[in-house]
Formats: sequence, C-alpha cells, structure tokens
Amino acid sequence: MNTNTSWDDFVNPVVKTIPWSGIRKFFDLVVDTPGVISLGVGEPDFVTPWHIREACIYSLEKGYTMYTSNFGLLELRQAIAQELSHTGLKYSPNNEILVTVGVSEALDLAVRALISPGDEVLLPEPSYVSYAPCITLSGGKAIGLPTTIEGNFRISADQVESAITPRTKVLLLCYPNNPTGAVMDRKTLTEVAEVVKKHNLVVIADDIYDKLTYIGEHTCFATLPGMQERTILLNGFSKSYAMTGWRLGYAAGNPDFIGYMTKIHQYTMLCAPITAQMAAIEALKNGRPAMKKMVREYNRRRLLVIHTLRDIGLPCLEPGGAFYAFPDITGTGLSSEEFAAQLLQEEKVAVVPGNAFGPYGEGFVRCSYAASMEDLGQAFRSLAKFVKSRGMRPRKVFSAVTETEQASPGPKEAAG
Amino acid sequence: MKEVLEILESDARLSAADIAIMLNKEKTEVQEAIKELENKKVILKYIALVNWEKAGEEKVLAMIEVRVAPQRDKGFDTVAERIYRFPQVKSVHLMSGDYDLAVFVEGRNMREVSHFVSTRLATIEGVLSTMTHFILKTYKQDGVILEDVEKDRRLLVSP
Repeated sequence: MNTNTSWDDFVNPVVKTIPWSGIRKFFDLVVDTPGVISLGVGEPDFVTPWHIREACIYSLEKGYTMYTSNFGLLELRQAIAQELSHTGLKYSPNNEILVTVGVSEALDLAVRALISPGDEVLLPEPSYVSYAPCITLSGGKAIGLPTTIEGNFRISADQVESAITPRTKVLLLCYPNNPTGAVMDRKTLTEVAEVVKKHNLVVIADDIYDKLTYIGEHTCFATLPGMQERTILLNGFSKSYAMTGWRLGYAAGNPDFIGYMTKIHQYTMLCAPITAQMAAIEALKNGRPAMKKMVREYNRRRLLVIHTLRDIGLPCLEPGGAFYAFPDITGTGLSSEEFAAQLLQEEKVAVVPGNAFGPYGEGFVRCSYAASMEDLGQAFRSLAKFVKSRGMRPRKVFSAVTETEQASPGPKEAAG
Repeated sequence: MKEVLEILESDARLSAADIAIMLNKEKTEVQEAIKELENKKVILKYIALVNWEKAGEEKVLAMIEVRVAPQRDKGFDTVAERIYRFPQVKSVHLMSGDYDLAVFVEGRNMREVSHFVSTRLATIEGVLSTMTHFILKTYKQDGVILEDVEKDRRLLVSP
C-alpha cells in the first residue's frame, strides 16, 4: 500500500470547497460542555404524537416493510393532495406529487433537476444552511438576496428584479424563515410573483414551517396568480407534526418537474421509507388537533420570548413564524461567534451564531423556542445576566458584512 | 377564557402577568378573567399533583362499584352526597352500565379501606351492593405519566 497517497486528492474539488456547516462546528463545542440548556435546536421539543407512532408500529406488525412506488404510497399522495386542496390548489396524486426523504431530499432533487452548471439561484439571506451547498453541488451559483432586521428580513420584488441576470433560473423562497422567523406578506409576494413571471423564473418554495405561522396567514406561493405551474412546492412532516427523525417530506409541482425529480429519486433513493409513509398518512388524517395544540404552545412561548428579549434590550424582529427568535447582539460589542461561545462558557446556554446562516447573519444569534417553558425561563434569565454583564454599546458592524455591502441592497454571492 | 384555563390546567403556578404575555393580553384583563373563573367556580382549586409513593407514604386507593336504589325525585343524588361527604372518598362519579356509582376511596392500608366500605359505605340506606377493586399501580394520572422516561433526546444543536 502506498502510504504517500493523499486521499484528499481523490475528492471532488467542488465537495472540498463547500464549507462545513457552522452549526456543526458549534455543536462540537456544545457537546463538550456539561449541563447546557440549549436554545440551539432546530426541531420541535415535542415527541411525535402517540397516535402517529402507534400507527407506524401497527404497520410494522402488519408487515409493511416493503418498497413503495417511487412516487410514494398512493394513499399518502392522495392525503397530501387533499391537504394541499385546503389552500385551493389542485395537484394530481398520480404525477404531481412526489414523496421524499425529508424536504432536504426534495430540495436536492428540485435543484438537481433544474440547475445546470452556471445557472443562478436567488435566495434570501440569512438562510437555512443547506440551500447554498445544494446549489453549489449542482454546479449552480447561489446568489444571496440580503435581508435586514430593518426590512423585517423580507425580500422585495425590486430586490429580486435587480439581482436577475441572463443566468438566473430559480428563486428559492423559505418563509416562515429559518433562522429569522420572518414571514412574507401576500402583497409583497404578489409583486415578487410578477417579477418571476416577467423574467420566466421557476420558484422553489420551501414551506416546511407553513403551519407554524402566528401573525396573519401563510401565503403559499403556488396559490398566487399563474404561479402554481412554475412553483415547486416543498413541504414535510418534521415541523408541523414533530416528525423530524422520520425524514419525510414531499414535492408538488407540474408533471414535468415532478417527473424529472422522480427520475433522479428512483435511482438515488428509490422510495421514502414505508414506515414513515404509513405514519404520515395517520398524521394527515388525524393529526390536526395535536398539531394545532403544538402551534398554540409555540405561540405562547414566542410571545414570552419576544417580551423577554425586549426586556433584555436586544433588538429583535417579532418572529411571525417557525420557532426561532433572531436577536441583534451587536450592541454587546461581540461577534455572533464570540457571543455564542462566551454565553455557552459562562452561562451554559447554547444559541446558534447567526453567521452559521451566511454572512448576513453576522451580528445575530438564533434562539429556538422549541424548548420547555422551564428551560426557556432559565435560559433567558441567564441570557439577561450575560447581556447585562457586557453592557449595551452602539451597534457595531462586523467585517463579515462590510458597511458598503450593508448600504447597498445589491446581490452578493452566498456562502455555504 | 378557554386559553387561560388551558394554561392554568397545565401549570397553575404561572402568574397572571406571565399568562398575559403568553396570550398577548393585558395583565389586568387576565387577572379579571381568573377572578371571574374563580368566583364562578370554574376554577375550583389550585393543587399539586403528588406522587405519594415517591414521597415514601403508604397509601391505598380503591375503586368501589356501588349499586344504588334510586329515589323518587332525587335519583342517585342523595346517596351520592352521603358518600362524597366522607373525607376518605376522593371522587364519586355516576356511571352508565352495570353499576351506578364509581367511588374512589383512599386509606392507609387495605384493612382501613375494607373497614370503611363494610361499615360506612355498604350500610348507607339505598346502597344495594358494593364491589371493591384495589388499585395496584398508577401509570398515569390527570394527564401526567408518573414514571415518565421520555427525556429530551434531541441533539443539542441542529440546523
């Protein structure tokens, strides 16, 4: 065996250029600290409702352990079509819905089906950690649409239009947003839809947090005039039914897009696990009361968290959805990473540094309120103590986003 | 109102101020609502749910099926009242089915409960028969699982 071989040389350079997720880096720090209260968790603190778990156990007892159709179980696709019909959208369970292994897979399939090397994808920043790397892996370019706390972390139609180049193919939307908790209003989305139509773009809409909307009603992008055919709607069961570990999601769209996505899916995944699909059928059929109860509980915590953050003096957009608050911590004179690391060390409270969600997340930390009231109370008392000990200074702009960049709302290539 | 009740039912120690924040209402509004609920006896009492076994106390609980001869105009109410006035009686329910009243009786030991049933309960006028079932183990009470092993198993940080 040639011991001089550097295995690194064998690795695809594109894979090497993608940075490790900032969340992973911070995770390593947190696991080494005992007795931590974590506000860093991006999943519900509820366990999947028992009736859903029980339905899954029953399906195992009955011997449902086989492959399903590439598209997923027809019964599940029918239930999904039924669910989507509540927003007024009609999708055929036969060829317009694909069941996937979480929205993560659906996103990957959508990007791979649409993006050729050099194609550009516009996406709001800060954003969920997977979007940009997925795009890069397809040879595409992720173009960030910077959003700010002053602008309620929303994008505007003008902003989208000014970022469009001849290579722009896709606009990726993710509202309610992880990490900011921002939601988009129908009026702005309608204006965005006009730009999308004018420039013949396709929209990938990640609606995973749609049920967790607390201010107003979630506007599903596909429901806007003329948008259903040019939107790939992604959703799943993780957040609304507390089913993260089941890894089950779906994509809905026109038969062409769904067909090509299924082509990739059949060779790479074959089908989503049948046990998770069985559970998902139960979730859609009978899970609404449990889901509504969880949403009510999140909303109570959300209001408590906003109130507490205001008391502490950290500026924060009132999150309209998801289960995150994204306070501005620049007043403490610390960077996101310094803040998170020192808070962890001194107070044993974990939050996620905002720069894990791209350069426009610098100066913020993400606090998840998917935690028990008891933990939230304790964590925010510690946070208050920590912030007080640092004192609040005038806002400082950090190097990751320079002042000139902040001043101009122009496009910026997104980092992973 | 309903939401205030839901919150208090899950944690009676929360203050009106906290509940007001959680419901996006004024503190005084919540205070008044609670006062009214108390006055109307919608909220009966604020109590702690105790696992006495863990506290090292010997207690025995029995469910007694009581068959009752109903009385004209009063039905089962008079007999039920005579039963529920005993402090040993934790709860009394009128049931559909084979028997009439389900009576939960608490005592320090089986003998004490048996004694109560045979000398006090069975002898009440209108009580036709009793059948005593001792409770061997409580798994869940008032929505709370007593030996809850479901701890938070989530990763400490995730995207």
